[in-house]
Amino acid sequence: MLKGSVGLIALSALFLSGAAMAQEKIKVGVTATLEGTYTVLGEDGIRGHQTALNVLGKKIGDKELEFVIASTDATPDSAVRAVRKLIEQDKVQILLSPLSGDEGIAVKNFAKTHPELTFINAASGAQETTYVDPAPNFFRYNMDGAQWQVGLGKYAYDEKKYRKIATVGEDYSFIYTQVFGLVLEFCGMGGQVTNRQWVPLGTKDFASVIAALPDDVDAIYLGLGGADAVNFLNQYQQAGGKAHLMGGSIMIDQTILSSKGNAKNALIGTIAASGQADTWEDPGWQKFVKAYQDAFPPNKRFPSPSLLATNYYGSTMALILGLRAVNGDLSNNQSKFKEALAKLEIDAPNGKIKLDSNRQAIGTNFVTEVVDDGKGALFSKVVKVIPNVNQTLGYDPAVFAKIGLPSRTVPECKKY
Amino acid sequence: MSVTHDARVQLLPAATAQRPAIRTWPEIDNPAAWIVAVILLIMPLIANGFFLIEIFATTMILGTIALSLMLLAGYAGMVSLMQLTIAGFAAYMVAVFGTSDNANISLGWPWWLAVPMALVLATLFGTLGGALAVRTEGIYTIMITLAIGAAFYYFTNQNWAIFNGHTGINNVATPRFWGVNWRADIPFYYVVLGTAALCYFAVQYISRAPFGLALQGVRDNPRRMAALGFNVNAHRIAAYAVASFIAALAGVLQVWNYRQISPGSVSVGACIDILIIAIVGGITRPIGPYIGALIFVLLRTFALDFLVEIGLDGNRFRLIIGLGFLAIVFWSSDGVIGLWQRWRNGVNESKRPATPRPGGGHGHG
Repeated sequence: MLKGSVGLIALSALFLSGAAMAQEKIKVGVTATLEGTYTVLGEDGIRGHQTALNVLGKKIGDKELEFVIASTDATPDSAVRAVRKLIEQDKVQILLSPLSGDEGIAVKNFAKTHPELTFINAASGAQETTYVDPAPNFFRYNMDGAQWQVGLGKYAYDEKKYRKIATVGEDYSFIYTQVFGLVLEFCGMGGQVTNRQWVPLGTKDFASVIAALPDDVDAIYLGLGGADAVNFLNQYQQAGGKAHLMGGSIMIDQTILSSKGNAKNALIGTIAASGQADTWEDPGWQKFVKAYQDAFPPNKRFPSPSLLATNYYGSTMALILGLRAVNGDLSNNQSKFKEALAKLEIDAPNGKIKLDSNRQAIGTNFVTEVVDDGKGALFSKVVKVIPNVNQTLGYDPAVFAKIGLPSRTVPECKKY
Repeated sequence: MSVTHDARVQLLPAATAQRPAIRTWPEIDNPAAWIVAVILLIMPLIANGFFLIEIFATTMILGTIALSLMLLAGYAGMVSLMQLTIAGFAAYMVAVFGTSDNANISLGWPWWLAVPMALVLATLFGTLGGALAVRTEGIYTIMITLAIGAAFYYFTNQNWAIFNGHTGINNVATPRFWGVNWRADIPFYYVVLGTAALCYFAVQYISRAPFGLALQGVRDNPRRMAALGFNVNAHRIAAYAVASFIAALAGVLQVWNYRQISPGSVSVGACIDILIIAIVGGITRPIGPYIGALIFVLLRTFALDFLVEIGLDGNRFRLIIGLGFLAIVFWSSDGVIGLWQRWRNGVNESKRPATPRPGGGHGHG
């Protein structure tokens, strides 16, 4: 015990001296889900982050950015633990975190205990994060789950003539937010959502869920992601499922569309909505796709960047542009930097993004349809582009507040 | 109670019986223990906030939960996988009865009401679980306690009325009184240290008290103990009650530490982590769980950095953690404590006349 303790003290002294060394570097902590159900999503997020560094460089005037990456597993606890490690041990000044919905809510709350630091959301999309009691030092340059569903309900009702749908989703805040966006629009048009099933994050056996899917609906909406989505598709195919499908933003995404096996073929023709579309013609998007493809060998990346790569690219871009606007000046509790961030308008690959008064993104949304490129690879094809989507989805803020916060049963299926 | 007195006399070797001070508190006569105690007390002077809280306080919190398992497994022969669940239950109760951001769930009681309530409920919960588990033995006890842990995890994950589902309960209020913010790094460190020390000495005491000796008798030969007139099941349930209280204390500290609680903290994986901590440290003595927790926390925190440092893919950091535990369990079936014991015996063999008791252990880093 004695020698061990002495060793520990030596170790801690080592870390203390390391932290005390002054240097002209700006330290940024990044978290991603490199463990658990959302591992693939986290890995591609990091690829998006690295693509942004390749394109924009790490120099801020005469300072250089230094990044420290920490791993989480999509649970709020792991996110808070990782962020605390980055702040307290690695002494980062800025956080690029986190990836997943509930992590976002926890990190936003944690951000309030460190008002001197700046938190830039990496990719998480729960509505509550910036809508309820937002933290003044938490900035989100991606839209939330409900914004990412704008256009889907209308397209399903008008073009596909779906009248009754059922949903299957993971049982946590981001998917609630997605279903919130979908139900609001679809039921507003006059459609019906007859059944909402919720499965725990990390579910492996979907047999009972598949058996309970109703037959008398026009389509089934899937709000799943990562390993859960792949497991569902495999079991759905084996069970002989043939229903029309609709997809959430991380369901119809390269993380699923480039998975191995042929279960994903069930998704061909599926309509979805997201903050991006793989085959968008926009030159800015095409440039980003090329930068992503050039940065990694084909077997170490997806054929086209996933939503997570795009979000991490956008948030890293905001970080770098914000820092350049103030020439790396982080004095006075980073107040200049925070001001610059709040005003920043970025030309992200997936359209222009600016922030509202809650520091939440207003951006462009895409309704897509899954197509086969003829060589066996699946992509999402744009069918509709909707610019300037704000957090209240175009509703009057007072009306929007009355709907309530996204949950298993909110919103009700009616016109608000 | 004369029976237990007889048992104690039989259990104590003649050599130690000559030194009564050691029989009650072996630490008093051990310079290494004093040095460790002093180092722990002056730790805030040595370590910064990160090491103080994320490493040492976390070690002591996890160690205390593992200590409750050590009490059950080491002295009563019952491996319970629900100790973390009990701690998590206490943590949730603090969040539910106390104050948090989820105003529709939290009742907003002051901490001095919420904490005792949480401790009582968690102890009750653990005792009831124990009452179920004592009807089984060996692997079946593991199964039933694991089932309780898994059921609680899935319940918290899906229950929104009390446990707020996957999101959990955020911004749980921490105590402030006498002008001190008890969650600030240094006061909190001492709160954790105090609680851990209290639990450690309580378990140390129990192991020598008549109750603890009877428990060890029950572990070694329940039939003979029953024949001697002991109520075997009552002793076992009482052990669960004590262990539950210890785990609940750690649970309260855990929720204060992170200021939030969510199902990830009570997952089945986390339940098994506690078993790993106890096994790696060694379940023969109360210090074992704390050593195991230190190793666990260091590996969990630094494995990723270490891999990146030596130029490997950081994504494989779980591998290092697994290999580390595998190595310890492979070399020593009774954990780090066992390694130390063997090393000490080895040294004693070679230079017995010169040093009857070398100063301390080694090699648990």
